[in-house]
Amino acid sequence: MNKVTLKICMGTTCFVMGASDLQELTDIIPEKYGDKVEVVASTCLDFCSSNTESQAPYVMVDYDVISKATVEKVIDAIDRKLKNGQK
Amino acid sequence: MDKNNQATHLKKEILIKTIKAFLSDDFGENTRLIPFEMRPKGSEVPYRCCIYKEREILRNRIIATLGFPIEGCDERILLSNYAKWAQERQKPDEHTLTVLESACKGCVPNRIFVTDLCQGCVARPCIENCKFGAISIVNGKSQIDSSKCKNCTKCIQVCPYHAIVKIVVPCENACPVDAISKDEQGHARIDFDKCITCGKCVSACPFGAIHEKSQIIDILTKIKEQKKVVALIAPSIAGQLPCNIYQLKTALLKCGFYDVLEVAQGADITATNEAKEFAQRMNEGQKFMTTSCCAGYNNLVDKHLNEIAPFRSETKTPMYYIAQICKEKYPDAVSVFISPCVAKKSEALNNPNVDYVMNYEELGALFVAHRIELSELEETQFDVDSSREGRNFGITGGVAKSVVAADKGNAEINAHLVNGINKESIRALKGFAKKGECEFGNLIEVMCCEGGCVGGNDCLNTVRTATKAITDFTKDSKPLE
Ligand code: SF4
Ligand code: SF4
Ligand code: FES
Repeated sequence: MNKVTLKICMGTTCFVMGASDLQELTDIIPEKYGDKVEVVASTCLDFCSSNTESQAPYVMVDYDVISKATVEKVIDAIDRKLKNGQK
Repeated sequence: MDKNNQATHLKKEILIKTIKAFLSDDFGENTRLIPFEMRPKGSEVPYRCCIYKEREILRNRIIATLGFPIEGCDERILLSNYAKWAQERQKPDEHTLTVLESACKGCVPNRIFVTDLCQGCVARPCIENCKFGAISIVNGKSQIDSSKCKNCTKCIQVCPYHAIVKIVVPCENACPVDAISKDEQGHARIDFDKCITCGKCVSACPFGAIHEKSQIIDILTKIKEQKKVVALIAPSIAGQLPCNIYQLKTALLKCGFYDVLEVAQGADITATNEAKEFAQRMNEGQKFMTTSCCAGYNNLVDKHLNEIAPFRSETKTPMYYIAQICKEKYPDAVSVFISPCVAKKSEALNNPNVDYVMNYEELGALFVAHRIELSELEETQFDVDSSREGRNFGITGGVAKSVVAADKGNAEINAHLVNGINKESIRALKGFAKKGECEFGNLIEVMCCEGGCVGGNDCLNTVRTATKAITDFTKDSKPLE
């Protein structure tokens, strides 16, 4: 079984625009999904380059990009992924 | 309310756009265009009734970001003019907060309200239990006469259907000293004679209607004029951004600051002096002493709690000492205190050695506008390394610990922490002052914000992660001498 990879952007823009809450995910995810989901904190994912800081913080669930990410949105996206049997 | 909500997101977005406009080649025009850029023609209207109102509210928010009061601002004046005046201003505006009438929804006043869930039951415990005769039955349902209601909430407790609710105005409810209330039009107004600048209303308003008047343009203007602008970074910053304080120093130098000093260096002096003062006061027979480094608490004592003033330490704040050091080192410096809260803005207004204050949200926005990737920066060391204790000043209990460390077991210190100023803790402090004694300890550390400065209204990180980051970082710092 392949893992879902969760990349949380901890670049300057994402952090300032609210990624601090997303740090909770590093505790929540292993508790909730065990080793099905891997969490990595990343430096700037380069989505914020051109005037798009308004949509930060960004998170990637595999290759899907979540903008204005919140803990709820991310969990939702993971659930959908796992349920759709894509993994 | 959670720190990362849409209202703070919007405020930060505006900050970034305003700073970008300043850094561009046409500050005035690019500032004027921000509301149109954020809500272009035909875009969806996320919050308000129409796009014009959205833009008008954004325009008002930008006025506050440029450092002007929104109350009484003139609709006919272009943002480009405000941008120009902001650069010409020689001193920041007197009061630090301003209320955006057009965003303040004028929440319904605080009251007890009977909802549709009321079944008009036979028992009618609400009527039975209301000591003030405020409830009667109208059209088969309970109704409260607000002129008689004393907000005792008894009826809420007894209703078997949970049909009665308490409606709160978030800002009024958050204010520990009743300084904010509605005017005749139902808009929130701050009474600055009472306001202790704690910033709790700023965080509480779901419409983001209460703004700090930013000094960011004043600061950027001084940098542009090539003045020696020196940043004084408060200890709580260590847990606020994805970098350490050495990388932060590099980042500030890149933004044009001349030098960066750790306020923790001033905190070390505060701790040492406070320990001496404590020992002396105890020798003289006083039963307790409170700390004096929190600006919100100092405002509280000066405006509402005079009775505790004789027990408050006379020692100066870390900001005071570091600003003095800064002006001795660079007599022509423009000093900028980098702050977790709006309260420090009020302290700076009364300290001639501090020229400006920039809060953490503004600092973060500055880095975003400059496109600085913090985690990739080299480290720059400080000339003077601060102690572990000084660097922990911004965490609840940190000040008391520093005083204990500085005291070195000389006086018997038993610390009591007041972790957050609210109606309850104010009552407790009043009690200590009245009795001249505190049953929980002899050194009372008072922090206005829960968690300490890491809980300040302008912090970017959550209290929990910020506290952990600071504790991890300070582990290896040298102990206080
Ligand atoms: S919380 Fe206060 S400032 Fe905010 S909308 Fe309500 S009344 Fe206005
Ligand atoms: S800043 Fe604090 S004291 Fe002033 S009005 Fe707001 S909540 Fe009240
Ligand atoms: S900082 Fe997150 S995408 Fe650039």
